[in-house]
Amino acid sequence: MDFRSLTFTDVSRHFGRRRVLNKVSLRCEAGEVVALLGSNGAGKSTLLSIAATLLDPSSGEIRYGDASARAAGADLRGRIGVLGHELSIYPELSAAENLRFFARAYGLSDVDGAVTIALRRAGLDHRDDPCARFSRGMRQRLALERALLHRPRLVLLDEPFTGLDDSAIHALRERLGELRAEGCIVLLATHDLETIDGLADRAVLLLGGKLVTIPDGSGTLRERYRRALHG
Amino acid sequence: MASESVVASGDRAMRSAPAARSSFLATAWLITRKDLVIEFRSREVVYTTLFFAVSCVLVFAFSFVKEGVAAQDAAAGILWIAIAFSGTLALGRAFERERQNDTLRALMLTPVDRPAVYIGKLAGVLALLAVVEAIVTPLVALMFGAPVLDHALLLAALLAAGTIGFAAVGTLFAAMLIRARSRDVLLPILLYPITIPVIIAGVRGTGVLFQADVDLPMARLWLSILVFFDLVFVTLALWTFEPAMKE
Repeated sequence: MDFRSLTFTDVSRHFGRRRVLNKVSLRCEAGEVVALLGSNGAGKSTLLSIAATLLDPSSGEIRYGDASARAAGADLRGRIGVLGHELSIYPELSAAENLRFFARAYGLSDVDGAVTIALRRAGLDHRDDPCARFSRGMRQRLALERALLHRPRLVLLDEPFTGLDDSAIHALRERLGELRAEGCIVLLATHDLETIDGLADRAVLLLGGKLVTIPDGSGTLRERYRRALHG
Repeated sequence: MASESVVASGDRAMRSAPAARSSFLATAWLITRKDLVIEFRSREVVYTTLFFAVSCVLVFAFSFVKEGVAAQDAAAGILWIAIAFSGTLALGRAFERERQNDTLRALMLTPVDRPAVYIGKLAGVLALLAVVEAIVTPLVALMFGAPVLDHALLLAALLAAGTIGFAAVGTLFAAMLIRARSRDVLLPILLYPITIPVIIAGVRGTGVLFQADVDLPMARLWLSILVFFDLVFVTLALWTFEPAMKE
């Protein structure tokens, strides 16, 4: 299956009595990088988990193109790439072994080819030691390539700049630009406003469970974010 | 903003992305092999469970063996206590590893059949418990004078069937509890009451084989009961694994 848009319609999510998301509506198109902003605990990760099909909304609907998550099932999961706050790599395995494992799980036809390209992109093609010995930045780069190994249509990134040095941040920005050019829908939760300023096509803010659009206009993204945050 | 021409060229690339899905057994084997490679390198679970199981048998041996003579019918119970307790430890550790790195989440995001993930994890746990049993069973024979070689095939079948039933339920519960804060406490609390029939059948079947006058039809009956429990537990676990893994 494939799709060209991701649409949240009145999506709410409660955990017991605590309402994390309250009638969130958002539409993202192919070839668009959307920044999801908000303070800690605002519900960014919850929204990403719902978009990843890992969590069901309490109410509301998410559509991937014309399809719902329930109808599309496993095929839909094969079109989504997720980089969570935890990196989801096995520290006992090498970078190549981690990538090979996930490439096989995604059913890629050319596993070795995909792994070679991903290792080169992550700058880890010369490392065959276990990932436990990698720096946080190296593991972050590997985790990103693991999430993109199967060339997903929808890319969900939760704090992808954490632990990266300047050159790695620059490389990740370029990578996100490539994903946009390839027609991916990129939904990116972050606090690194300066880093994504000029990269994200638009930014939205989760505030009290509701989604607020940060308007385009004068000033840096941080200035516009603060204006939206304080009313 | 997104350029339409760029998106169109990107779409060509996206549509060419491979989308074949692995078969059920290939996926299960992929996960089992990964778990075994990790365990072979870390040896964390196998050493812990072996140490625990051997300690368990030795402590019971000090209590139940007097002047070289073991208490009657104690060997079968002690063997199964060692398997059940060390199995609980192995189940907890096998999933703790997935929790620490949030790798189970990444696995759940792949398009594989989720029941195949369950079977893969179950097979990995069974392989570890097989290693434990291969060490503990001769130890029980040595300490308690249990005649493990007299009906070795039937004993192996009883151990295998009992271990599958125990691990089938345990793998499901360990996966379900992966995000629970008090998972280490909850796992045995949930696991033992449900697997009591398996442990009773295992103890009674093994006990029959360890008696001086072996009642083979009775041992086979206990084996049949264990196979029945296995079928029920594995079927229920395959059925409930996918909904249970929703966050």
